[in-house]
Amino acid sequence: MTAGQPLAETAPILPLELDRVSFEAGGRRLIEEITLTFEAGPRTLILGPNGAGKSLLLRLCHGLLRPTTGRVIWRGPGAALGPGGPTRRQAMVFQRPVMLRRSAAANVAYALSVNGVRWKDRRALVGEALERVGLARLAERPARVLSAGEQQRLALARAWALQPEVLFLDEPTANLDPAASHAVERIINGFHQAGTKIVMTTHELGQARRLADEVLFLHWGRLVERSPADSFFTQPRTPEADAFVRGELLWPCAPPPEEA
Amino acid sequence: MDEIYAAAAAAFGLILDLDPDLGEIVVLSLRVSLTAVALATAIGLPLGAAIALFRFPGRRTMAVVLNALMGLPPVVVGLIVYLMLSRAGPFGVFGLLYTPGAMIVAQCLLIAPIIAALTRQVVEDLWAEYEEQLRSLGAGPGRAMATLLRDGRFSLVTVVLAGFGRASAEVGAVMIVGGNIDHLTRVMTTAIALETSKGNLALALGLGFILMTLALGVNAAAFVIKDVAQRRQG
Repeated sequence: MTAGQPLAETAPILPLELDRVSFEAGGRRLIEEITLTFEAGPRTLILGPNGAGKSLLLRLCHGLLRPTTGRVIWRGPGAALGPGGPTRRQAMVFQRPVMLRRSAAANVAYALSVNGVRWKDRRALVGEALERVGLARLAERPARVLSAGEQQRLALARAWALQPEVLFLDEPTANLDPAASHAVERIINGFHQAGTKIVMTTHELGQARRLADEVLFLHWGRLVERSPADSFFTQPRTPEADAFVRGELLWPCAPPPEEA
Repeated sequence: MDEIYAAAAAAFGLILDLDPDLGEIVVLSLRVSLTAVALATAIGLPLGAAIALFRFPGRRTMAVVLNALMGLPPVVVGLIVYLMLSRAGPFGVFGLLYTPGAMIVAQCLLIAPIIAALTRQVVEDLWAEYEEQLRSLGAGPGRAMATLLRDGRFSLVTVVLAGFGRASAEVGAVMIVGGNIDHLTRVMTTAIALETSKGNLALALGLGFILMTLALGVNAAAFVIKDVAQRRQG
């Protein structure tokens, strides 16, 4: 990329490998021995009914949670470099973004400052990121008075400025109206085209159809199925995924095996 | 009843005349309490935020102790500072006893726990909301602390005001370590106590009015500033 973008040119941290990762909280096993690898490239969507463990899986990947057993390993050559290692090369957008009590532009600049981007270089990156998500006009507006859709776009701008190699998104459109959701999806595709690996959860089938290259289907904390998007939606391999794709709610009728 | 009216009238007379003795007392009171608040804020904000954010052994205990210290009786603080600063005490060499400096130290010790304990509460609540986002952005504990203190600034104004209220209203600590010496360590609260016991109700009431007006004025100003800023910032 262009000069003055110190976060860009380093060795990749992908692939990301999960090795028999489990997570327990309050004596309940919420993620059940998941083993999988995320490669650069395809947009990965994590699907599943509420309570399937989608958000937990994302937090385990991002490093916000430590697995109870198993390991989360960044296999790329860039992962070994520098303090903080891979944390600096991945970003996450939450269902409800937390905005600092300062202007929209200052929120983006804060993310850059935390990641060690020098003051001189921040201005241009902030401007570009806000431009990217269509918030340039609102740059000086306090972030907390922006609408929900604008705040989510600002969260994406914050991530964009960091130029992450991997972007995790946790149901980023769950609180938004259709127009705002559409804008967010467009920005996500912008990330994808710029070469950022997208890993996103959703419980919305329509959104998954629009965005997914591959699908991970979770149910009761287990990875039930992993398929390319085309085949997942047309001919799911497992009965659970089949029921989900046909719009039948899974969770009321199927208790988790170990509690049955 | 007439006596009280007469005293009130005399009190307003003193205030309107800008009585020099009265002015001296008011200025010294403000100097002592504002300095004490500034020092206690410099100690209390980082201390409270650190206890809220850092995980270290004894953290719970410290939080409980701080909360307990919020109720420190001023006379006890006065006594402790007196012992520390008296000629025979460990800090006697500084010769601070019966000076405004000693009063500042005493008030600072009195309100630093209040500011720290309330700050801990504010920052802990904010952290619950901010934690994932800040950790995701890569902020370490030190950075998170600075960010939360800044984002909690509206609530923290109230915290500092609580400290100022306590400092400017207390009489026990400054009486013991200051000695209520005329033209030297006499502040509003000690003067009110003295003048009342002497039966000089006009001066006591006048000082009482000023003390209340100051407290109300400072709080009202802070409220308005906070309200306007908060509405702008969301």
